[in-house]
Amino acid sequence: MMDISGTNTSDAILTAKAGISAKRKAKIGALKGLMYFAAALTTVLLVGIIGYIFFRGVPHVTWNLLSTTPSLLTDNIGILPNILNTLYIIIIALVFALPIGVGTAVYLNEYATNKKLVRVIELATETLSGIPSIIYGLAGMLIFVQAMNMGTSILAGALTLAVMTLPIIIRTTQEALKTVPDSYREGALALGAGRWHMVRTVVLPSAMDGIVTGIILSIGRIVGESAALLYTAGMANEILTPLKSITPGNAGATLTVSLYMYAKERGQFDVAFAIAVILLIITFVINISAKLLGKKLKK
Amino acid sequence: MIFTEKRQGDFMSSVIETKDLNLWYGKHHALMDINMAVPKNQITALIGPSGCGKSTFLRTLNRMNDQIEGVRIEGEISLRGENIKNLDANVLRSRVGMVFQKANPFPMSIYDNIAYGPRILGVHKKKELDEIVETSLKQAAIWDECKDRLKTSALGMSGGQQQRLCIARALAVKPEVLLLDESTSALDPVSTSKIEDLLLELKKKYTIIMVTHNMQQAARIADRTAFFLLGELIEYDNTEKIFSHPADKRTEDYITGRFG
Ligand SMILES: Nc1ncnc2c1ncn2[C@@H]1O[C@H](COP(=O)(O)OP(=O)(O)OP(=O)(O)O)[C@@H](O)[C@H]1O
Ligand SMILES: [Mg+2]
Repeated sequence: MMDISGTNTSDAILTAKAGISAKRKAKIGALKGLMYFAAALTTVLLVGIIGYIFFRGVPHVTWNLLSTTPSLLTDNIGILPNILNTLYIIIIALVFALPIGVGTAVYLNEYATNKKLVRVIELATETLSGIPSIIYGLAGMLIFVQAMNMGTSILAGALTLAVMTLPIIIRTTQEALKTVPDSYREGALALGAGRWHMVRTVVLPSAMDGIVTGIILSIGRIVGESAALLYTAGMANEILTPLKSITPGNAGATLTVSLYMYAKERGQFDVAFAIAVILLIITFVINISAKLLGKKLKK
Repeated sequence: MIFTEKRQGDFMSSVIETKDLNLWYGKHHALMDINMAVPKNQITALIGPSGCGKSTFLRTLNRMNDQIEGVRIEGEISLRGENIKNLDANVLRSRVGMVFQKANPFPMSIYDNIAYGPRILGVHKKKELDEIVETSLKQAAIWDECKDRLKTSALGMSGGQQQRLCIARALAVKPEVLLLDESTSALDPVSTSKIEDLLLELKKKYTIIMVTHNMQQAARIADRTAFFLLGELIEYDNTEKIFSHPADKRTEDYITGRFG
């Protein structure tokens, strides 16, 4: 009761506080230093690697490289077939993975009432997304190439990658659906909307930015994939028409696979670095467009 | 439940009637033997302490509780003499509209928000939709505030405007009954009084059932008031009667603020 002015105790407390704040300052200072160091290291590494690749690769990125087919007879090296194959595989894989993936996520989030089943499927997709891609390649070879008789082909490779990207699309879509407020759903139902109408007109549009992010992540995954394609899509370097690309038996190497071939099997590092530059630019463009699209759709 | 001599008279003009209505959430008995006739073109207020089942009752009237897992309903609810169990849930909801506690406009334009319900019912002609949008917004007394920005996002409106937009959206499908669950509780006094005036105007054409925690609000605008307690309908009568001579001691305790 006497201590209402608090002079005695508060002195002690004030010095204690001062001590603590000095200690804390030192701690924060050390942490900050560590953080700056880590950030600097990351930046240097990144700039170093990218700079080196550009330094080695850019001089060899020529119009001839981009627009021709390789030929052993003329000694020409061109990666047009690989660019096309990459495109084909992206499109075919997404044609399969997108509807199935988004459909599964919508089912899990909007329709399924059996919580246990949902948990099991979620666990399965989580596990699937952690499996090394070479295992998808192996499974794809057994199932699509051999059992389903597609041979080593763009189609088999694309289907393998469709399976591989499915968990990504399911998970990102599900996350996006979870962020759609329930009040939208209730509002739509209360106006007499059927469940599918509600999903189509209110839920999916609100989740669109998340879904697009998932698609772009998947494209990134496909562009960067090589292991799963070696056994399934093969290493051919001929130009395929779109029709041929969906016909079994037509093999083709994507950019990443061709990079592997040029570097590892032929030792043509100039070409490999040129392809690396192109892959880096593609990745960069994909990431930027993901950000921009996400922002635009948020509005 | 206390029957009053008035009830018989209301019977003929009642729009919604419940008979021995019981509802369970799993094992939890949330509504017990509710018998209630809601008269046409009147405002009926549901009052009672938190958790007594007001929202649950309201949501059984348009079968929104069908969505919730583990709900079991017994007894009968009729809309103009038809058992609502036999109606298609979507059709029922276009006849019994609902406005929620928190305004929930869709993330689309003001116009598309209002046109949402009519489009479900198959109205797609621009001229017809234009007309519905205008009359609904006028009915909800918000036309003047948004007629120049119909194509802009509804999310850019103020809270009070959004709630009136939600009322307009519900009115656009021409419901017979309008359910409001504490729809003014998140609003400022000015917006609240605007909506109260609006409801008094709307009751000429619609039957309104509203949940409110605001005793003054019930006294101000409701014709009939129902007092719920722990899942039971304790008393249901003309608002004046409830607030001046409640028949049940528990009603009196509640409205005089002695509990809840
Ligand atoms: N989805 C649900 N699952 C299980 N129990 C529920 C559910 N919704 C409500 N309840 C329970 O039913 C009872 C009635 O809830 P209700 O929401 O109808 O009350 P209320 O009168 O609207 O309350 P408030 O004034 O707080 O909104 C409460 O005990 C509540 O816990
Ligand atoms: Mg409630």
